[in-house]
Amino acid sequence: MSGATPIFVTIMNKGRVILDQERFSLTIDRLCQQLIETYDNFEDTCIVGIQPRGVWLSDRIYTRLQHILGHASFLYGKLDITFYRDDFRMRAKPLKASVTDMEFLVDDKNVILVDDVLYSGRTVQAALTALNHYGRARQVKLLVLVDRRFNRHLPIQADYKGITVDALDDAYVKVEWADSNQADRVLLFANKQEAEQG
Amino acid sequence: MSSIQQLSVSHLLGIKPLTAEDIQLIFETADEFKEVINRPIKKVPSLRDLTIANLFFENSTRTRISFELAEKRLSADVLNFSSSSSSVTKGETLLDTVNNILSMKVDMIVMRHPAPGAPHFLSHHINANIINAGDGTHEHPTQALLDAYSIREQLGDLAGKKVAIFGDILHSRVALSNIYCLNKLGAEVTVCGPPTLMPKYVQSLGVKVSHQVRDTLEWCDVANVLRIQLERQDLKYFPSLREYAQYYGINRTLLDSLGKQILIMHPGPINRGVEITSDIADSSHSIILQQVENGVAIRMAVLYLLAAKR
Repeated sequence: MSGATPIFVTIMNKGRVILDQERFSLTIDRLCQQLIETYDNFEDTCIVGIQPRGVWLSDRIYTRLQHILGHASFLYGKLDITFYRDDFRMRAKPLKASVTDMEFLVDDKNVILVDDVLYSGRTVQAALTALNHYGRARQVKLLVLVDRRFNRHLPIQADYKGITVDALDDAYVKVEWADSNQADRVLLFANKQEAEQG
Repeated sequence: MSSIQQLSVSHLLGIKPLTAEDIQLIFETADEFKEVINRPIKKVPSLRDLTIANLFFENSTRTRISFELAEKRLSADVLNFSSSSSSVTKGETLLDTVNNILSMKVDMIVMRHPAPGAPHFLSHHINANIINAGDGTHEHPTQALLDAYSIREQLGDLAGKKVAIFGDILHSRVALSNIYCLNKLGAEVTVCGPPTLMPKYVQSLGVKVSHQVRDTLEWCDVANVLRIQLERQDLKYFPSLREYAQYYGINRTLLDSLGKQILIMHPGPINRGVEITSDIADSSHSIILQQVENGVAIRMAVLYLLAAKR
């Protein structure tokens, strides 16, 4: 389903842009068109963004879909998975929960789960557990902007993906949004510390 | 917004050792747990690998049920113990009782005890996280947290809010914990009750003291009404309950004559007709049942944040 060519990276000294503003916008459009191809007018279908970073993407997808379809008659929720994580108490710091905003049950619905980066798959596993508490979905699909396909810890794959990145375990992918940063873009760093230094 | 990610303490022995940031973090976490307990499936798996013992050496309905529910909603294994049906009556010491329970691989202890300082004593001798569910006349931290949380829910930020605590201040652990908590959050506090039920030097905690119910009600935004703790009173502090109700009880006529809205709170159990009349306890002024609901969310937040410190 992905239309993008994988990006291979071996040596990096500083962050470099792997998806610039122009291609970013094209990628979002492509993802929306792929969803429309499958779900037509989104009857019995809902979009659920994973808090906090998946919601940046799901907000964008939701707005774009409304624009393309010319209506807003489909369900959109935001799901926080902090309390469902399997690494609670193994991390240096406990995670503070974000807001969950799910005003509906997912019984017999198609759910499109949205996150920004798919890495180990543990966030998605926690999201599936959390989603289960809102009923029995007919079908759950996963949409991500960045798929780091060689870094998985669990047998979880994305159904819709923006770009695929093949990088070392230490490498860090950062998604920036125009709403809070200068532009929409995806950057790749050698490690997390480098990303935090900017 | 709290700027910290975890609590500064490993036990919840009282409000006194907490920082204002700790309290904000507990509130923000409780907001999310309140959403959880209003879902069709009211359970999250966060504490599924932990066992928690509820040790109640003193009677309790609300607090024990509320803790037990909070633990179950977090998927912990729960062990309930009450002293009346245990070997404590055969003369076992507190430390021996707790060590025996801990050797069965218990991770956290929730304890209510008639002796002030009992949880502090335990915290120096055992490895588990301890949550004080009331120690004698000393502190009852989760009650104060849920009281402040309920005020925040109704009136917003507590800074500058005027809160009056009525009743048996001398014997009340709820009063002391509330004073610490409200002070840390920037609220103004007045305690009001008969002089005999007012601890000496209570002003040194940064509160005003009043003996006039009407004046205090005119001043405050929130009235937290406490029960007369007859079980802790070893001598007569006032002539009769009837006289207490007449001078210090809160009733409809008194509230109606003020011409303003006051939030009425009570930690329970209520002695209807003594500190508060039934029509006030059941009126729209009262948030007594919301306090009980918030109690579960607050206790979930405390258990969750302390478990993260293990």
